[in-house]
Amino acid sequence: MELICPAGTPAAFHEAVDAGADAVYCGFRDETNARNFPGLNFSREELKEAIAYAKKKGCETFVALNTFMRAGAEEIWYQGAADAVACGADALILADFGLMAHVAEKYPDQRLHVSVQASASNPDAINFLVDTFNAKRVVLPRTLTIADIARIGKSIRCEMEVFVFGGLCVMAEGRCSLSSYATGKSPNMNGVCSPASHVRYRKDGRDLVSELGAFTINRFPEGEAAGYPTLCKGRFDIADSNGYAFEDPVSLDVMGELEALKAAGVSALKIEGRQRGKAYVAEVVKVMKAAVNSPPDRRGALLSRLRSMSEGQKTTSGAYEKRWR
Amino acid sequence: MQLIPPLLTRPLNAVPLVVIERVCRLMFRRIGLAHPGLFERLGEHKAKRFAFLPTDVPLAFIVEPASDTIFVWRKTTDVIADAVTEAPLFMLLALMEGRCDADALFFSRDLSVTGDMEAMLAMRNALDASSIDLSKDLARLAGPFAPMAGRVIGEIRNRALDRALAGETASWN
Ligand code: SF4
Repeated sequence: MELICPAGTPAAFHEAVDAGADAVYCGFRDETNARNFPGLNFSREELKEAIAYAKKKGCETFVALNTFMRAGAEEIWYQGAADAVACGADALILADFGLMAHVAEKYPDQRLHVSVQASASNPDAINFLVDTFNAKRVVLPRTLTIADIARIGKSIRCEMEVFVFGGLCVMAEGRCSLSSYATGKSPNMNGVCSPASHVRYRKDGRDLVSELGAFTINRFPEGEAAGYPTLCKGRFDIADSNGYAFEDPVSLDVMGELEALKAAGVSALKIEGRQRGKAYVAEVVKVMKAAVNSPPDRRGALLSRLRSMSEGQKTTSGAYEKRWR
Repeated sequence: MQLIPPLLTRPLNAVPLVVIERVCRLMFRRIGLAHPGLFERLGEHKAKRFAFLPTDVPLAFIVEPASDTIFVWRKTTDVIADAVTEAPLFMLLALMEGRCDADALFFSRDLSVTGDMEAMLAMRNALDASSIDLSKDLARLAGPFAPMAGRVIGEIRNRALDRALAGETASWN
């Protein structure tokens, strides 16, 4: 199975390639990609150089243009697609049907992948995108169980890519409005969930308090591992209890289910984390590559090294192994 | 978290601030010369002031990218900056070189950030995108002794960082 690795900067890109990525995904420095963070991402020139570097090392480059186009400003996304094609991207990762139509029509030879943001989670939706826009691969939302993935795999006409490690977006992706509700900005339209411009950390005695817009998201007592200031990982007062309403500050790790994912027909494993530093990318890609090539009983020991780098310093298999609670 | 014991940092209180600042500016200029595009990723945040507060050193370092200057303050004075990052000195230096992941240090509570998060995130990404290597960049200040200085700086850095990441408090005596 291919290992698809994140890069937010050319430095991280080089680290990912050198650590053994089969493909690296990245995006432009604007609202066309779902990791539109300050100081992150690639200029056109940087992308061109990165793709050339990857090609030399036998690694592919996927360019994420995976936000939804703003009516009247489609040109920003069209230009992004044109530039990514001109730079030699091996695939474009797209979420917006309008942009898929544009790419399929204008660049019929360009390989097209369906972004997780498109939230294509059943065979009808996926086959529609395959038939209509010639999509070659779908990145499945992190809301499906492995049994769901196996069922879908039997009835679709394209490859499947799934997230196996990194940050966990727990809602139906591309549909979550929590960030919009709190800040007016969302990953779907602006490329940022819980934008840094609306985040505030303050110390209250020995506690660390995180705030998003007008909302207090969490309060971490001294010594407790912290998490990102996203609403889905917030700790709230609900009726008589105080706790995590949706999900704990935790990261995804389903590498323990690699054999089951392979049997389900998954052809590519995706690592989340374009917003992370190059040290993280280098370490995670190296360990994941070793884990993929190791027998199942050795994977656990390898992957335990990564837990301390994860959100909340904990990992979960998320919806892949969904149980009723 | 204190990685450097106070015994080692106490003498800094006796050194005039102007001397410390001059040394820091020399190093800052050297890094700037080696990495001319360092602050390009800051964009609109270039005009802001960034404070770095080592938790184990009684000094504060304030960087002004717009004027390419670093200021050094004693921690006894209130720091005025748009964004403030606090962590043990060697972790701050490791972040500067991209040897550590800032999010991981934040999750483990070794690093804290207050103030303008957007500006500090841009700074973090700008530093991470650069290829600063303190042992190489600063060794050049040693002129003909650069290779030896580079080795010594690199060795100290690697040892300190290994200890820091292993969660040890350094015992340097
Ligand atoms: S709030 Fe949580 S679930 Fe919603 S987009 Fe952000 S990370 Fe995903």
